Amino acid sequence: MSTTQTPTLELRNLEVAYTVRGIDRQVLRDVSLSIAPGEAYGLVGESGCGKSTAAFAAMRYLPRNGKITGGSIIFEGKDIVDIGETDVAQLRCSAISMVYQNPATALNPTIRIGKQIAEVFELNGASKSDAMKLAQESLVKVQIADPERVMRRYAHQLSGGMAQRVVIAMALASNPRLLVMDEPTTGLDATVEAEVLDLVRELRRDTGTAVLFISHNLGVIRNMCDRVGVLYAGALVEQGATTEIFKNPSHPYTVGLLRCIPRGGLHKSTDRLDTIPGTPPALGTKYEGCVFASRCSLADDKCQTELPQMVQINGEHVARCFHSDKASSMPRSIEQIEYASQADVRSVHNDDALLSISHLSKIFTQDGHKVRVINDVSFNLGFGETLGLVGESGSGKTTIAKLLLGLVSPEEGGVVTLDGKGLAQTLNRRDVSDVGAMQIVFQNPDQALNRRHSVTRIISRAVERLRGFSVDDSVVRAHELLTGMRVDASLHSVRPVQLSGGLKQRVAIARAFAGAPQIVVCDEPTSALDVSVQAAILNLLVDLQKKDNTSFIFISHDLGVVRYISDRIAVLYLGRVVEFGTSQRVFNGPFHPYTEALLSSVPNIDGSIRKRIPLTGVVPSPSNPPSGCVLNPRCPRKAGSGYETLCETEEPNLTEVEPGHFMRCHIPVANLKQLQN
Amino acid sequence: MLRFIAKRIGLSLVTLFIVSMIVFVMMSIMPGDLAKQTLGRDATPEAYEIWNKEKGLDKPLVVQYCVWIGGVMTGDLGMSFQYDQPVSEILGPAASKSAQLAIVALILIAPISILGGVIAAMNRGKRVDRILTVGGLSAAVIPEFVWSVVLILVFGVAIRVFPVSAFPDEENPNIINRIYHLLLPSIALLFVLFGYISRITRAGVIEALDSDYMRTAVLKGLSRKTAVFRHVLRNALLPTIAVIATQVPYLAGGLIAIERVFNYPGFGNILMDAVVARDFSLLQTAVFLVGLVIICFQLIADVLFAVLNPRIRQRVTE
Repeated sequence: MSTTQTPTLELRNLEVAYTVRGIDRQVLRDVSLSIAPGEAYGLVGESGCGKSTAAFAAMRYLPRNGKITGGSIIFEGKDIVDIGETDVAQLRCSAISMVYQNPATALNPTIRIGKQIAEVFELNGASKSDAMKLAQESLVKVQIADPERVMRRYAHQLSGGMAQRVVIAMALASNPRLLVMDEPTTGLDATVEAEVLDLVRELRRDTGTAVLFISHNLGVIRNMCDRVGVLYAGALVEQGATTEIFKNPSHPYTVGLLRCIPRGGLHKSTDRLDTIPGTPPALGTKYEGCVFASRCSLADDKCQTELPQMVQINGEHVARCFHSDKASSMPRSIEQIEYASQADVRSVHNDDALLSISHLSKIFTQDGHKVRVINDVSFNLGFGETLGLVGESGSGKTTIAKLLLGLVSPEEGGVVTLDGKGLAQTLNRRDVSDVGAMQIVFQNPDQALNRRHSVTRIISRAVERLRGFSVDDSVVRAHELLTGMRVDASLHSVRPVQLSGGLKQRVAIARAFAGAPQIVVCDEPTSALDVSVQAAILNLLVDLQKKDNTSFIFISHDLGVVRYISDRIAVLYLGRVVEFGTSQRVFNGPFHPYTEALLSSVPNIDGSIRKRIPLTGVVPSPSNPPSGCVLNPRCPRKAGSGYETLCETEEPNLTEVEPGHFMRCHIPVANLKQLQN
Repeated sequence: MLRFIAKRIGLSLVTLFIVSMIVFVMMSIMPGDLAKQTLGRDATPEAYEIWNKEKGLDKPLVVQYCVWIGGVMTGDLGMSFQYDQPVSEILGPAASKSAQLAIVALILIAPISILGGVIAAMNRGKRVDRILTVGGLSAAVIPEFVWSVVLILVFGVAIRVFPVSAFPDEENPNIINRIYHLLLPSIALLFVLFGYISRITRAGVIEALDSDYMRTAVLKGLSRKTAVFRHVLRNALLPTIAVIATQVPYLAGGLIAIERVFNYPGFGNILMDAVVARDFSLLQTAVFLVGLVIICFQLIADVLFAVLNPRIRQRVTE
């Protein structure tokens, strides 16, 4: 960044407070940053640290109870903190635009897409018919398929990726000089995320727009931004060029964040994840010293009482820490806690399968059409083993979980065998011990826990039902379980609403373990959690597995997490297993073409440049799958492989290409290996 | 869409059939001997028998039901026991009167209540909101006949700006005069319904104001006013329209108390008289017609809701 240029956006000592129950609670503390024209600036941090508040403050759009209590927001040299509503509206329609998380709800459900985009052009003075034309052109620019049709559609008729393209088209319609992107790809599939990020990158190259990019995903930030700022508890704790920050993080919080992430081939068998001890502060906590001191292993008395200033590390790289020189070498924070045994230790790992499913299929009827969402899936799960299920949304991951648990019944011919015993197809026909033997942890603990019951009650009820304990015994057992999940005794009598997301998930896990399960299905258990909490939950799951020899079926869209925790992995596409093998094999290759594309779309946190293997087109509807191999219209390896006709006419079988490594592909594995090197 | 409407009409017909049975069964288990009541206690048993035979009351219930429902379907509503007149000649004019009252009331109530709800939502938490919400709710807990009496006393007796009767005395009154006479009862109904409808509107508008798409609209650079008009109202008024449509039968199906107080010869008055006189042939047809009106408007509400909401519209067209 050259210092002679007027920055597009500059926040100078910005302070924002929310009024909650009559008290002002500070959410941004003395935040100063600047974004040069054409530059992409990333803001990272965990939930509640003030990222979105900073983004909305830049748009001059704070919630009703929010207000700017100090500092200035300078847009192209002009302070916009005190300008009036009309001027703000003028800025928004001509100079600053925003793209947000959750594109589906960001579009008006009752107005056609074309009209919603055209509105922006009309605001900028275009006539009605011109605006419609321009709107269609803007859709072409964001590379949406069939723009003409999209114009006439409603929001609910678009997929997540398409909706986000529409929102981006809308944001770019005004030719903004600043684009604020608040978690623009969170909630999208990895492949879609990669496409959207590619698009943003291209558009930025073409338009030279400055970008304020907010994300909790460090990999995305690393790939998208020139400079990064790390926010903690509303304060900017570190800032600098992206490569520099990732190479030489100098604030203990940044270091902690980077260490929490399961990446670079870490695996539960050899590596334990770091966590950040403690919990983030409540909204508006007052500090005398460093905001991070209470969770920092380097903190001393000075940190508690004196506010650290930004220290220069290297050129523009600054950190707000007294001990920045020691940060990168700070001791690892690994919680090693002996867990009380959850159940009688069962037979040790052996070759017999604990769970075996064969020829599982599921057909749903949708608007009179039969949709085969699961097509002939078979696999085994061993004692104490973790099987990871990965695939894009709609690949059938969750349906498989539901089939296993008996929440939906499989089609004729599908068999689920647990420990040598065939399970009834539906839950209400399974006996209590079978139900207790297989339990689930959901993505969203908020919705999974009964909020009218205390934490103890939630668990003790499950113990009562699943193990037939008396009321008193089950309460005792509930306390044991909760303590085992590291839920503090003082929290056993509270209701779920009073717990943080991580604690709620611990309670949900305790509930799943109430029936002394042999298998726990984890459906995206950490997707809604911050990385530091995610690390703690993953550690917990690994410990529980070691202790009780419990088996897991682990569903996640986060490939790093799946790789870390899984022994074996099944890659699903359109309800079929396309690749199956050990975690090692699946992630190190040779890859199935679909797996290859999926892996290459994940933004790499290590900064190594990897060529993205794009999957062209959209996921076909399972109601009308392509003939031949279901992947063939999108397959990155079909063209030029010499097997095109076969791919288009005949569905390949799942065959063992190497010992213990299965693939559903016509192209011989040797050829794939060659192409992928 | 046509399939959806056809399906809904089919369901409505089934409902209507069930309603007709319930009405009929209820009428037949009501206590009291019709013949005795009509002819008096002193008539001979033979006279009762002849009377019953004449009215078809000696036949089995199933046959009676079939005769009645067959008549209703072919437009022959039978004879009133009480007036010895065809039921259609009694109910027809009354229904038209009730419809007039309902239309006038609706034209008054819908815009005012919706406006009230929108204003309350836009000023959420402020004094205007509290006055509208609390005021509307307080007004709604007072029954319509109390409002009617109060309104008559204030505007009909104390300061004579409105007539105390809802129906003009003169022959062939003109339309202005008719509406003028209907205003006071409509205002009474406004007091009863305002709190309810404006509250639903308020909730809908607040939901839309807090929505992500409203945020998008504002961040696009639309002024708040334009954003509210273009993006909030349509989404917010969906539930309101459904609620209003469900209130129409209440207005059109006989406002017994109001019609009594304002001396208005509508459906409600006929119903009341029929009950008092145990004029079952009139009563059962009248109650059945009220059911018909309710079902029709529910149908209209459903279709309207589908037409306005692309999400439902699409689901029903697929």
